[in-house]
Amino acid sequence: MQTQEQEIIIYRARRILTMNASNPVAEYVAVRGDRVLGAGNLEELSGWGDFKLDDRFADKILAPGFVEGHSHTMEGALWSYVYCGFYDRTDPDGKVWPGLKSGEEILARLAARDRELQNEHAPISGWALDPIQYGGKSFCRADFDTVSGERPLGVLHASGHLMNVNTKALEMAGLLRLGINHSRVPLGDDGLPTGELKGPDAMMLVNNHVGFDRALLACDEQGLWQFARLCVRTGTTTATDLANPLPPESVDSMLRVTGERDFPTRIVSAKRFAAMKPADVVDSARQLRKQSSNQLRLGTVKVVLDGSMQGFTARLRQPGYFNGAPNGLWYVSPEQLQELYELALLHDVQVHIHNNGDEATDLALDMMERALRKHPHPDHRFTLQHTQMADAAQYRRMKKLGFCANVFANHHYFWGDQHLLKTVGPERAKRMNGCRTALREGVPLAIHSDAPVTQLGPLFTAWCAANRQTKSGKTIGADERISVAEALYAITLGASYTLKMDGEIGSIEIGKRADMAVLDDDPFEARPEDLKDVGVWGVVQGGRVFSAETI
Amino acid sequence: MSGDALNTQPTMPVTVVGGYLGAGKTTLVNHLLRQANGLRLAILVNDFGDLPIDADLIENQDENVISISGGCVCCSFGSDLIGALIDLRNLEPRPDHLLIEASGVALPGAIAESVSLLQDFKMDSIVVLADAETVQQRSREKYFSDTINRQLTSADLIVLNKCDLPGRDDLSKTETWLRNDFPNAACLCTQRAELPLCLLTEKDVLGSVIETRINARTTPFSYHPGYVTSVLEFPKGRDPNAIAAVLAHEDSGLLRAKGHIEGADGEIYTVQTVGRRSEVRRSPVGVGSVGRVVLIAPDWHVAPAELADALGGRVHIR
Repeated sequence: MQTQEQEIIIYRARRILTMNASNPVAEYVAVRGDRVLGAGNLEELSGWGDFKLDDRFADKILAPGFVEGHSHTMEGALWSYVYCGFYDRTDPDGKVWPGLKSGEEILARLAARDRELQNEHAPISGWALDPIQYGGKSFCRADFDTVSGERPLGVLHASGHLMNVNTKALEMAGLLRLGINHSRVPLGDDGLPTGELKGPDAMMLVNNHVGFDRALLACDEQGLWQFARLCVRTGTTTATDLANPLPPESVDSMLRVTGERDFPTRIVSAKRFAAMKPADVVDSARQLRKQSSNQLRLGTVKVVLDGSMQGFTARLRQPGYFNGAPNGLWYVSPEQLQELYELALLHDVQVHIHNNGDEATDLALDMMERALRKHPHPDHRFTLQHTQMADAAQYRRMKKLGFCANVFANHHYFWGDQHLLKTVGPERAKRMNGCRTALREGVPLAIHSDAPVTQLGPLFTAWCAANRQTKSGKTIGADERISVAEALYAITLGASYTLKMDGEIGSIEIGKRADMAVLDDDPFEARPEDLKDVGVWGVVQGGRVFSAETI
Repeated sequence: MSGDALNTQPTMPVTVVGGYLGAGKTTLVNHLLRQANGLRLAILVNDFGDLPIDADLIENQDENVISISGGCVCCSFGSDLIGALIDLRNLEPRPDHLLIEASGVALPGAIAESVSLLQDFKMDSIVVLADAETVQQRSREKYFSDTINRQLTSADLIVLNKCDLPGRDDLSKTETWLRNDFPNAACLCTQRAELPLCLLTEKDVLGSVIETRINARTTPFSYHPGYVTSVLEFPKGRDPNAIAAVLAHEDSGLLRAKGHIEGADGEIYTVQTVGRRSEVRRSPVGVGSVGRVVLIAPDWHVAPAELADALGGRVHIR
């Protein structure tokens, strides 16, 4: 989109932090079309010819647009539901929803939605419920029946893997009956389900009744826009949608929406490997790659090896879960994974590998070692996603095998207290999400939010990695903290590298995309503990200016 | 979608077929389809990656459904088993029996739990196949040992398949290990997963075996050498729960038993066992062959006459 005729705009800023090691700080940045023409002083930049000087960022700090290496665009769609979380969270409109500190407050917010709804049969849908926060109180259908006995009501938990519903919803799903025998559907003294549904299968039965249509969540045009608005508010200019079935109709709709003139975010969407042959997913990714546009990048594959830590479904090596819970679940076999790796290496398709437990990390590494013997690849950049429990030896193998690590830094904040007591215990909680070890062992590092599992916000994620503080204020594993500069690198060039886009985005540098985060203060000068509070004015994305205020 | 409470159709019995990759699950499914003989089997598979149905059985195929001659059907469910089950209960004509082929890494017990969430379906049994040559070694390997053990633990029937491959000593060691470590399952050996359909479907046990044996007076199990059957007869007033408990006990050596018994209260009860799993429920109105129970075993561990004596009945057909 760049031609010689396009106007050159030179932005003046209080400071420009380029992340370009050979030109780290500047005062001016020249933009032509969607590209950076250069960063430097006015004299240097004026050599490009006529320009328009734009002073609007004169008191702002410009940094490379942040890159969220592991998120899901579903976060956008969720905001059409009632936010029921314990912590304050900002919606796409910029409204801060106060965290709900008691069961009564949750019910009151749901009741407010009940009063707003016109259609008397419309469901009430909530999300981000986190029962652990309320002293172990478990919610039951009677609680939610006080909100409505007429409408079906469902509240998705923060983890996304559990749901609470009212009696009406159970009834509509055919679950209000005796004789249900399911380890993840607890029953009350009356022999009927309590309304807590702990497995995806039970949730599937109620989803449609309580307003959670999965297809809609996966690709909803309005949701995609809402997601992009959250990106602008958090300084994010490129974000991943890391696991989408990507049927043709979704691809068409995503291409259309991201291609709209004012769409402010570059989306990288990976095809999820599930219920298909490795050859088919690799073939599909190669076809999708051809459909990539500037604002929608396709052609990578996501594979899920195990479950989650807090759900006790991650695969751990011995000595296993701290509370004695049985080991988690596998979602692929070694044979399938090796075949996927081999075909992907052969056809130059990048693979992102979900692995939470260290046994899953072992599987990811072992199969790669075999696959690389058959199909060596000089720069595959397969990325271990989450890779929460990896130890130093595993990081050393990652380095040898050419893996990148995208570490779930936010997890420590939201679930660290539980990791200490229940999932992995004190020692492994210290090494968990070991950013310092990754860097020490030379593994290319990114850090992420996994939004909507936790809130989108790269500066917050950087804060998590730099402080390793839990919600209760404990610091777990101080030796794994990284510096502010390292954390900022991880959310810009680090994440770009894991997407094979570091030549295009991640720094403010001549020839790269004009993607910038516009900040109120210099994050490099922030104390680690203040990193999350650096104000975000908005972004420049592809040379276009988007303010959080008006987006 | 109509509410489940309004649904008056009978429940569809479900067999979950599990086992690690290469154990013979797909072979078994095809073998069962070849015996369907009018029984409308529905098959749910994880996906159509490697076509799960032999080409000569396929009548028609579209993206997610394969039609099979004789009214059978095979559907893929991807990651949405519940959605596929909901679709299936609306299928016309309604299948008589559902087989769910679990993926090699799935836990059949978890699939059975999912099935229990839908009231139109009823778990019949979990069959787990094991490769006679590799299962014991696999059960100790890195990564999947606990998964394989959990698969086997959930089984009602363990089918030790490809038992022609290991030597006699090795096979016998594997069998002993299975019987000791997984006492809740009945265990049997096959070569090419050639399991008689009557072991897996309740309808066939009564419908086919009794009719065939009573009407034609054929001698033992003509179409499946390697199994023995017998029919016991009970006067009314015997306790169906007590009978079920004995038939499902490990010492009975039975793979499957089914029949209808008139209890002391004058009600007719259907007694059914698969391995160690047993079920007693009120029979539908108008069932035939009341007072008779069919037994199937790989070989008589306890003579039918002894079982009959112990339970206060007699052998009707040897």
